[in-house]
Amino acid sequence: MIQAQNSDASLSEVTTWFKAAEVSAFPENGGACVKYQDQQIAVFYFARRNEWYACQNMCPHKQQMILARGMVGDQCGEPKVACPYHKKTFSLITGENLNGECYEIQTYPVKVENGFVYIGIKE
Amino acid sequence: MSSLVTPPQRIIVVGNGMVGYKFCEKLVSKNQSGAFAITVFGEEPRPAYDRVHLSAYFSGTTAEELTMAPISWYEQNNITLHLGELVTDVDPVAKTITTHKGEIFAYDKLVLATGSGAFVPPINGVEKTGVFVYRTIEDLEAMLAYAPKAKTAAVIGGGLLGLEAAKAAVDMGLETHVIEFAPRLMPRQLDEAGSETLKKKLENLGISIHLKKSTTAILGEEAVNKMTFADGSELEVDMIIVSAGIKPRDEVARKAGLAVGPRGGIEVNNQLQTSDPDIFAVGESALHEGMIYGLIAPGYEMAEVVVTNLIGGEKSFTGFDMSTKLKLIGVDVASFGDPFCTETKGHPIVFEDKVKGIYKRINVSEDGKYLLGGILVGDASSYNMLLQTAKNKIILPPNPEDLILGARGGSAEPAGAGVMSLPEDATICSCENVTKGTICSSIVSDELSDVAGIKKCTKAGTSCGGCVPMLGDLLTATLKEQGKDVKKVLCEHFSYSRQEILDIVKINNIRTYDELLDQYGKGDGCEVCKPAVASILASTWNELILKQATIQDTNDRYLANIQKGGTYSVVPRIPGGEITPEKLIVIGQVAAKYSLYTKITGGQRIDMFGARIDQLPDIWEELVNAGFESGHAYGKSLRTVKSCVGSTWCRYGLHDSVGFAIQVEERYRGIRSPHKLKGGVSGCVRECAEAQSKDFGIIATEKGWNLFVCGNGGAKPQHAILFATDLDTETCLRYLDRFLMFYIKTAEPLNRTSTWLNKMEGGIDYLRQVIIEDSLGICEDLEREMAFMIETYACEWKEVVNNPELRKRFQHFINTPEPDPTIKFRQERGQVVPVVK
Ligand code: SRM
Ligand SMILES: Cc1cc2nc3c(=O)[nH]c(=O)nc-3n(C[C@H](O)[C@H](O)[C@H](O)COP(=O)(O)OP(=O)(O)OC[C@H]3O[C@@H](n4cnc5c(N)ncnc54)[C@H](O)[C@@H]3O)c2cc1C
Ligand code: SF4
Ligand code: FES
Repeated sequence: MIQAQNSDASLSEVTTWFKAAEVSAFPENGGACVKYQDQQIAVFYFARRNEWYACQNMCPHKQQMILARGMVGDQCGEPKVACPYHKKTFSLITGENLNGECYEIQTYPVKVENGFVYIGIKE
Repeated sequence: MSSLVTPPQRIIVVGNGMVGYKFCEKLVSKNQSGAFAITVFGEEPRPAYDRVHLSAYFSGTTAEELTMAPISWYEQNNITLHLGELVTDVDPVAKTITTHKGEIFAYDKLVLATGSGAFVPPINGVEKTGVFVYRTIEDLEAMLAYAPKAKTAAVIGGGLLGLEAAKAAVDMGLETHVIEFAPRLMPRQLDEAGSETLKKKLENLGISIHLKKSTTAILGEEAVNKMTFADGSELEVDMIIVSAGIKPRDEVARKAGLAVGPRGGIEVNNQLQTSDPDIFAVGESALHEGMIYGLIAPGYEMAEVVVTNLIGGEKSFTGFDMSTKLKLIGVDVASFGDPFCTETKGHPIVFEDKVKGIYKRINVSEDGKYLLGGILVGDASSYNMLLQTAKNKIILPPNPEDLILGARGGSAEPAGAGVMSLPEDATICSCENVTKGTICSSIVSDELSDVAGIKKCTKAGTSCGGCVPMLGDLLTATLKEQGKDVKKVLCEHFSYSRQEILDIVKINNIRTYDELLDQYGKGDGCEVCKPAVASILASTWNELILKQATIQDTNDRYLANIQKGGTYSVVPRIPGGEITPEKLIVIGQVAAKYSLYTKITGGQRIDMFGARIDQLPDIWEELVNAGFESGHAYGKSLRTVKSCVGSTWCRYGLHDSVGFAIQVEERYRGIRSPHKLKGGVSGCVRECAEAQSKDFGIIATEKGWNLFVCGNGGAKPQHAILFATDLDTETCLRYLDRFLMFYIKTAEPLNRTSTWLNKMEGGIDYLRQVIIEDSLGICEDLEREMAFMIETYACEWKEVVNNPELRKRFQHFINTPEPDPTIKFRQERGQVVPVVK
């Protein structure tokens, strides 16, 4: 069962569903970092909406490996994450920087099956 | 209709100073059709720069930053700019000018914007090495090159420019003297009492002021080493800055046979035409009705008049207000209208506070109806309103003294005369000549919501910046009139202020962010409301903040400050800065074991940097076991209470400042507040703990403690204000309990106590009434709430260390215990530092 698909990265391009961790390992309304091969992926659980999102862990502003430790929230309904360093915010759907700067982040589809969280990767 | 192609009029501008530049700017903005061909000659090697803010050069502003417009601007606007080229002759008959290179250029209209030079009185020895004037960037460069050889500087002249020069001398680290011939400072702007107040303030800053002194000679072999005065006294100096007035640069006009004044200056009529109607003079070189205007605003107005007339409009220059407001070495000085009541009859109302160094005088017309002028020293916050009240002949309120006394209580707006009472055509920005009407309609039609927008759309506030506070007032008032919400709401998720949310939380017994969002907010929240609410919940219930980890700012979430590269710092509490050798050793051992960089902080304790997230609980376990507690360096909460060594050791110490600092720091440790809190306790007035720069400062007196509040270091330093004197220990703590709790309950998020006070209506007097006289009847509550906070304190790190569930959260990856492989260190001066990615 696909519980949430929240990324503009089209589902059909997903070649691998990476089994990240149990649902209970993730904090509610917050994020955690998952290691997939050499990549770091930030996964966020919006418990209030029961929605999951994932994006690169590196903040493009000052190249810090940190977004998983950012605060989640919404801007006019659009789910977002704020980088802990300088509070740049990014849409978790499009990856777009919401402060009007021109860098953006990679987002990934997420699904939950049998109590596990999977991240959709296209190789 | 056929259009005749007329060749463009050739305009030559002599002088590329502030006014010459402004003339070009205004003319090109009207020169859409290419009716003018503009050529500019400037003697200085660089394009026009902001002379008004010249002193900023000493405090690090660069020549580029001072530049009015880069050379490319002139190119883009088809202005031919000749820099480093002096115009030596004008031939009004042939209508040509000649430059020092011997080149000749023809003009149709000529604008002389030659400004002025420093007036150097004919004192014996004035040509010696080490004597400077203060007008151009080259002058400054010469001074900077010389200053390292000098120790003592004297400024000749105690007027506006002289005091600017004195500031420069202080900035260069020199012992500074000001020599003034008149019996008072700034004789054109200030009366005796105003001068006296300013003098005291400057003397407190270490500047020696010598009045009624006339310099007779400057002595020294080649370089100066001494000056002598008419009264027989002497002063040893090795550098002199002459700032005794200005001398209009009228030499070219004079040579060309144009009319000049008996004491210099190119004579002009109301159209700024010289005795030759095709030649204009503007700025500091122009003599209008016997007057040279040594200020920038009238110069800009002159430029406007000439431009208007050149494009076929009609405008006259009919004199200009000489009102000025400036910040001299951090001291506000302003003088407006008729400051001395000499031209018109009236009576002065004077307010003077010798302790704080404030002098205010307003001159009210004989019938008490109008404001004629006045002087402000030490606090010029009401200058703009007073100036407008005088200029626009606004009828005064029945008690005109409120105009200066009202401002004392902290509100910048004098009673009875709000910004909106000004007429539409009141000039708010006199540099750019922008009226209230223009500003307000731009706020509405351009939908502006901040001062930056006003500056961009109207240019108001872009020159001297003096009107900026008033722009803010106009913005707030206009938005209010439009019915726009100017209420300070937290963010898009809560339409309440912080204070309202605090009440909601308390009254409805709300314990979690989610409850609050469900009942009073909307959406998912964000990085603004989450930490603000987290702080409110913590200040109200004092529960372990990690119970709601994901609404905390990252530092609070991991109980450590995040650093470059993704590591954290560890700061154990060292109350009052006192530490035993044993504990010092523990810190050393822990730092060595985990390879942490160590540094003594500015807050009298030790910071260990470079801990990985997974190491934090282990490090803290060792620290907690050795008796350390969290230092809350990551929290919006009490940081440090600095102490000086006090009566135990110091020969001057009156009481045990270390003991008291420890007591205070332990009392308030861990309490969450709108912003961080810092304190200090000094054992005597020498103030080695710098308590007066803290949110609260305590200084020992013979009889007890003086309590200061609302100081701030940081980005906008502000001295703490003396709140109550000679308190016994118990009363001091009681006042502090009330003060801190009142701040916690009423301040906006991320406002330090200083900002909070600055916004408080009624200011420090009101605060005293609330805290000392209990005017709101809330002190009992405040004390009880504070007592609750103190009782329920628990060290957060101790709880984490002893709680395996919480410890588990401290790891980088959720699916492997590996640390973040991207963290890298290198060595520097024997310790690790992060490799910046
Ligand atoms: C470590 C230290 C510098 C040092 O090496 O000495 C320091 C380091 C930081 N300061 Fe500070 N400040 C330190 C003393 C000060 C002082 C001096 C003092 O406390 O006597 C001041 C001026 C006094 C004051 O606050 O009024 C100071 C004014 C600031 C400000 C400006 C606050 C303001 O009101 O303008 C910030 C920014 C802020 O808080 O928003 C800041 C913010 C910071 C932050 C937290 C920036 C950040 O978010 O990363 C730095 C964190 C470093 C870390 O991880 O520990 N720091 N900072 C000092 C730690 C003191 C301590 O033991 O807790
Ligand atoms: C340190 C300092 C602080 C000041 N503070 C304030 C303040 O706080 N408030 C305020 O209102 N005013 C202040 N002023 C005054 C203000 O700077 C002047 O009113 C303003 O600069 C006058 O502009 P201007 O264009 O007429 O003259 P200037 O800016 O002096 O420009 C004249 C230019 O013409 C050039 N020139 C002269 N003759 C020739 C020639 N024959 N050929 C070619 N070029 C020539 C000069 O080299 C100069 O570059 C201050 C001045 C100084 C020096
Ligand atoms: S002054 Fe700036 S750089 Fe230095 S510690 Fe404070 S915040 Fe960091
Ligand atoms: S590093 Fe993320 S906002 Fe600066």
